[in-house]
Amino acid sequence: MTAAELENVAEIENAAQASYRHQIRVCAAAACLSQGSDKVKDNFDKEVERRGLNRDCQVKCVGCMGLCAEGPLVAIDGLEKMYQNVTANDVSEIVSSLETKPVERLVCSTDAPFFKRQTRVASEYCGLIDPERIEEYIAAGGYQPLQKALTEMDPQEVIDEMTKSGLRGRGGAGFPTGLKWGTVAKARSGDGRKFVICNGDEGDPGAFMDRSVLESDPHRVLEGMAIAAYATGASLGYLYVRAEYPLAVKRLKIAIRQAEKMGVLGSGILSTPFDFKVDIRLGAGAFVCGEETALIASIEGRRGQPRPRPPYPAEEGLWGCPTLINNVETFANVVPIIRNGGAWYAGIGTEKSKGTKVFALAGAVKNTGLIEVPMGTTLREIIFDIGGGIPGGKKFKAVQTGGPSGGCIPEQFLDMPVDYESLGKVGSIMGSGGMIIMDETSSMVDVARFFMEFCQSESCGKCVPCRVGTAQMLDLLQRFIDHTATGRDLALLEELCDMVRNTSLCGLGMTAPNPVMSTLRYFRHEYLEHLQPDRDAAPAAAEVTA
Amino acid sequence: MPEIIKSPPPPSTDKRWKIVDATIRRHGYQKHALIEVLHTVQECFGFLDEQALRYVSAALRVPPSKVFGVATFYHFFQMKPAGKHTCVVCMGTACYIKGAPNLLQEIEAKYGVKAGETSEDRQLSVLTARCIGSCGLAPAAVFDGDVAGKLDRSETLQRLQKVMQL
Repeated sequence: MTAAELENVAEIENAAQASYRHQIRVCAAAACLSQGSDKVKDNFDKEVERRGLNRDCQVKCVGCMGLCAEGPLVAIDGLEKMYQNVTANDVSEIVSSLETKPVERLVCSTDAPFFKRQTRVASEYCGLIDPERIEEYIAAGGYQPLQKALTEMDPQEVIDEMTKSGLRGRGGAGFPTGLKWGTVAKARSGDGRKFVICNGDEGDPGAFMDRSVLESDPHRVLEGMAIAAYATGASLGYLYVRAEYPLAVKRLKIAIRQAEKMGVLGSGILSTPFDFKVDIRLGAGAFVCGEETALIASIEGRRGQPRPRPPYPAEEGLWGCPTLINNVETFANVVPIIRNGGAWYAGIGTEKSKGTKVFALAGAVKNTGLIEVPMGTTLREIIFDIGGGIPGGKKFKAVQTGGPSGGCIPEQFLDMPVDYESLGKVGSIMGSGGMIIMDETSSMVDVARFFMEFCQSESCGKCVPCRVGTAQMLDLLQRFIDHTATGRDLALLEELCDMVRNTSLCGLGMTAPNPVMSTLRYFRHEYLEHLQPDRDAAPAAAEVTA
Repeated sequence: MPEIIKSPPPPSTDKRWKIVDATIRRHGYQKHALIEVLHTVQECFGFLDEQALRYVSAALRVPPSKVFGVATFYHFFQMKPAGKHTCVVCMGTACYIKGAPNLLQEIEAKYGVKAGETSEDRQLSVLTARCIGSCGLAPAAVFDGDVAGKLDRSETLQRLQKVMQL
């Protein structure tokens, strides 16, 4: 495949699409599928066939359109008409209205803040292209940035562009991506091998950004990995994906096969001497494998247990070779940065947090789903404008970001801009982008216990502070739930938080106390309310024996 | 001289072992393919038993202790056969705060099966998941592979009843 051939593929595909008068896009991401969007698609096919509109109407499956709460979603001719909660029975009516006014009762307003306030960069093609056809990705401009990098830029220029963009790791920690790439590029290994790993082990319960990107636009991630491999000098990549995401795995396998056939992955990519192969590795349900050294252990076929850093994987990673590990969303941002330049990307967002961030809105909010906003957008805008507020007339209580490693942010910080630093200041973290909104009915002690139970069961058991500390903290939190806790338990809990945070081996243990610490900071009264009712009259057995 | 790899014979004549062998071959009998091979075994047989683990251990030349260690470390691997029907209730954060524990209670009350257990007649296994990524549809559950979202107590039982009749 040469540059001219790539253009040719795009031209043919664009011409084919332009020959249709109407385009019907049906969301086929996991959430809409489970609401029956596959039947809707089948019915559209049949209906178009029955009316003999095959030459006029194109019906296709696309990735996530974002508003999962109202699925299945159907979009007609770009965003001209959009329908929500479509069932197989509505299909005929929609096809009849193609030339006329939209079907009122199903209309999903694309003027709503949910759509208007978003800035889509990493998820720009999600919901627009068929994720199972590489031609559509190429027609939308895909693989041209890779071609540009391979033919017009040397590896250092690619890295400089990434540095200029200010992109920071979207897995949660926010390490500058350009710096990481530069370190791997400079590192030397004994046998000359280097690896690129894409971390798609989205273990944070309540987060589904990576799943959506992989399901909706798998080629973008592959292309991002290929550009990273070119910049760092790697020739083999691994995509580590959760086995719990079968649809994402299936689409990635299709994407890799198509890309190899097209010559945009494999040997001699785009008729240049650059080789890069990608292999998929399935995760097996271990949260700790999101930690990079644990993930490497898992790819090597071992138990997912982290090891102390340094040496960092950038110097000694997979099989002891320099390894670049980035998150799915980080790779998804590479393509637009190379296409439009680092300066363009740096123009979005705040001073220290550049670009956009994809968030998975869930919990007590009207518009649950996937959104992408510029860094620095306030929590209030995200939750009340884009998210549509709290359903059922209930009152907002807290928003949880960062999953089991993050914290609960109370109402007083709603006007805070969302970026790495601000979230850290209030005791939470950016995390991978899960945002769970809680209303007044949620008990914060219960939420803290939920996350501690998660961390306790996901602790790999390698280091004592995490293995024993999380179990002890869970025990203490259960006492609060049972109303048998004493003031001494509260003090012990706080002491343990501090100890586990400072002495654990890896990020899982170090951040495990975060949900407890943040709820203690902002909702301490709830813990106090959970203390044993008349502890002065009858001290708890535990206190006597302690 | 290159090492001659002699693969042990599969534990039985069951044709599914051929699929397992194909995975082992595809990875060139490399030790690091262990997790991939275990995935294939579980896909073919539904769970991992001792016989399967011993076979994988011999084929990849990984000590049985390590194979067992890996198989039990990862939550995705099942060491016991599931019932005829499965119901996986998502216990991710969004599902949890939207009442997933109530769904489990309801199932236990009706069928007497706790999370992580299989009914005595082996008809139903109730499992929990860390997060199935359908947070937009919380609370969600997977009935025999089909994801259902926005569940309440009665809808859960209805769905379960429908699946159980198949």
